[in-house]
Amino acid sequence: MSWAMESQRKNYGKALVELGKRRKDVVVLDADLSGSTRTVEFKTAYPERFFNCGIAEQNMMGTAAGLAVGGMTVFASTFAVFATGRAYDQVRQSIAYPDLNVKIVASHAGITVGGDGASHQTMEDIALMNAIPNMTVIVPADGPETYNAVLAVAEHRGPAYVRMGRSDVPIITSRDAEFKIGKASILRDGSDVALVGVGQMVAPCLLAADALKAKGISARVINLSTIKPLDVATLEKAARDCGCVVTAEEHNIVSGVGTLVAAALAERYPTPMERVAMQDVFGQSGESDELMREYGLSEKEVIAAAIKVTERKK
Amino acid sequence: MNSINEERVKELEQRAASLRRHVIKMIHAAGSGHPGGSLSAADIVTALFFEVMDHSPERFESQDRDHFILSKGHAAPIYYAALAESGYFPVEELVTLRKLHSRLQGHPSRVKTPGVEMSTGSLGQGLSVANGLALALRLQNLDRKVYCLCGDGEMAEGQVWEAAMFASHNHLDNVIAIVDRNGLQIDGRTEDVMALEPLADKWKAFGWNVLLVDGNDMRQVLETLNKARQHKGGPTVIVAKTVKGKGVSFMENNVGFHGKSPNEKEYEQAMRELGGSA
Repeated sequence: MSWAMESQRKNYGKALVELGKRRKDVVVLDADLSGSTRTVEFKTAYPERFFNCGIAEQNMMGTAAGLAVGGMTVFASTFAVFATGRAYDQVRQSIAYPDLNVKIVASHAGITVGGDGASHQTMEDIALMNAIPNMTVIVPADGPETYNAVLAVAEHRGPAYVRMGRSDVPIITSRDAEFKIGKASILRDGSDVALVGVGQMVAPCLLAADALKAKGISARVINLSTIKPLDVATLEKAARDCGCVVTAEEHNIVSGVGTLVAAALAERYPTPMERVAMQDVFGQSGESDELMREYGLSEKEVIAAAIKVTERKK
Repeated sequence: MNSINEERVKELEQRAASLRRHVIKMIHAAGSGHPGGSLSAADIVTALFFEVMDHSPERFESQDRDHFILSKGHAAPIYYAALAESGYFPVEELVTLRKLHSRLQGHPSRVKTPGVEMSTGSLGQGLSVANGLALALRLQNLDRKVYCLCGDGEMAEGQVWEAAMFASHNHLDNVIAIVDRNGLQIDGRTEDVMALEPLADKWKAFGWNVLLVDGNDMRQVLETLNKARQHKGGPTVIVAKTVKGKGVSFMENNVGFHGKSPNEKEYEQAMRELGGSA
C-alpha cells in the first residue's frame, strides 16, 4: 500500500491561520521554535496576536494562562518534551487547575524526532498530561486529523494537549472526516482481533491488518485519537466483538495508552491484550524509520502481537 | 486618587487593621496557615483594593477593570479578607478557611472563590500570568492595570526572571509588580537562604522601572502606587520594604510565624494588639 506523506505540523500551521481568520480571540505563543512547530504561519498572518516567549517554556505556559484569564483562546507550542516536561508544573498549576482555555499543541513528540536523540524524544508526555485533571489529551494520526483536531480543541472549552510528531506520516484520514473529541474511529472492521493504534502507529496497524488478512485473521483497526476522555464504549465493543486487543503507541509502555486501555477493559470486559510500545528505555539518534524498527514500533511487531494474542484467547 | 488627605489615609489604616484582624481570626479558626506574609502585605493589599484599583464584584466578569494576581499564594488570608470586605462574598465565610468543602482554599483558587482571578500557590508563577493578562487587555484596547503581588522568597524561582524579561521586552506598562520585601522565608532570612540583594538593581537590569517604598506606611504606599500608574513605556516594580508579621508584636520579624497558627493565648493578644477583641 502506498500512501501520500505529509507532516502534522504543516497542518497545524494551516489550522491556526484558519482559526485566526475566524476568531479574533485566538492568540498563539511559541518558545523559539516557531519554524519547527509551524506557528510561524500564524505569526506571518497575524503578527499582533503572536508572541515569541524565547527559550522560556515555563513563562510561556504562565503567559498563556494569563491571556486565557483575559478572555483569549490561547495556543502554546514548542517541542513535546519541553511543553510537558520542562513546564509540567506550570501546566498543572497555572493552566489545568484553574481550568483555563489554553491549548498546548506540541510537536516532535516520540522517538521519530530522530537525530536529536533521547534528550528530545519524549515517550512519557501522554502519561504526564493524561494524569492531570481537566486536561483533554489528543494524539492525531496524520495531517488531516491534526488539522481537524486543532479546530475542534479551539471550540472545546478548557485545557487540551495535542501531540504531533516531527516527520511526515502517511495520510490515512481525510479533512472531510468528522473529528469529535472523545470518539475513536474504526478505520477497518474485523472480528478476530482489535488493533488499537495511537498517532503514528495507526498506519502500521493498517498495514498489519492487511498482512493478517492474508493469514486468515480478520483485524479491526481503531484510531484512538483521543486519549482523554477515553472512548471506552468503542474499546469495550471491540473487545466483545473480537475477543482480544493489541495496542500500539509511540510512547513508553509504562503508563502509556496500552495501560489505559487495559485498565478500562479489566473493569468492563477482561480481554487478552498485547501492547506494542517503547520498552521503558531512552531512545537514541537515528532516522525516524530506523528508530521505529530499532525499538519495535512497526507493523512487524503489531502483526506478531496480533498472532500471539489471538492464540491466547483460545 | 490625586490628592490623599490625612483622613483618607487614616481610614485606610483602620481598614488595614480590620483586614489584619480577619487574617488572625481565619488562621486561628483554621488551625494552620501563613500569618507572617499576610500581615506584612496588609497595607499594600488595602491600598490596592480600597483605593487604587477600579474594581467591583458586579464587574468581575468584565475585563474592563483593574486586575490583581497574588503570586505569593500563601498570603491567601489577606486576599480573602480584602475580597470579603469588598463584597465578593460574605465576611462571615472567612472563618471557613482551609475547611473541607470551603470556597476558601489554603491557596487561592480561581475555580472556587468569587473574586479570585488566578489560582496560585506554586511560587514564581504569578508574574507570567500577570503579563499574559496584561497582553490580553492590550489586545482588547483596554487601558487597565494588572497588579501582581510577589513574595521576596519566590524571587529565587527562575520563572520570575523569565517573566521579568518578557514584560520589558513587550513594554508592558500596564503591569505593576509589588515585591513584599519582608526579608524572611520559611527557612530563615532571605539573605541567608538565597541572597537576593541587590534586588532593585536586578530588576533595573531586567529593564523595569523600579520604585522603593516602606510597604507598611499607608501614605507612602498610596503615593508610590500612584506614581507606578503614571509610568509609561515599560513595567514597574515596587520593592516594598515590609515587616513580616506586621502589627502583632510577637509575630514581627519572627520566622516562626511564617506558617503557623497562633494558640489561644497568642490569638487573644494578637487581636488586642490589632485593636479588636478575641
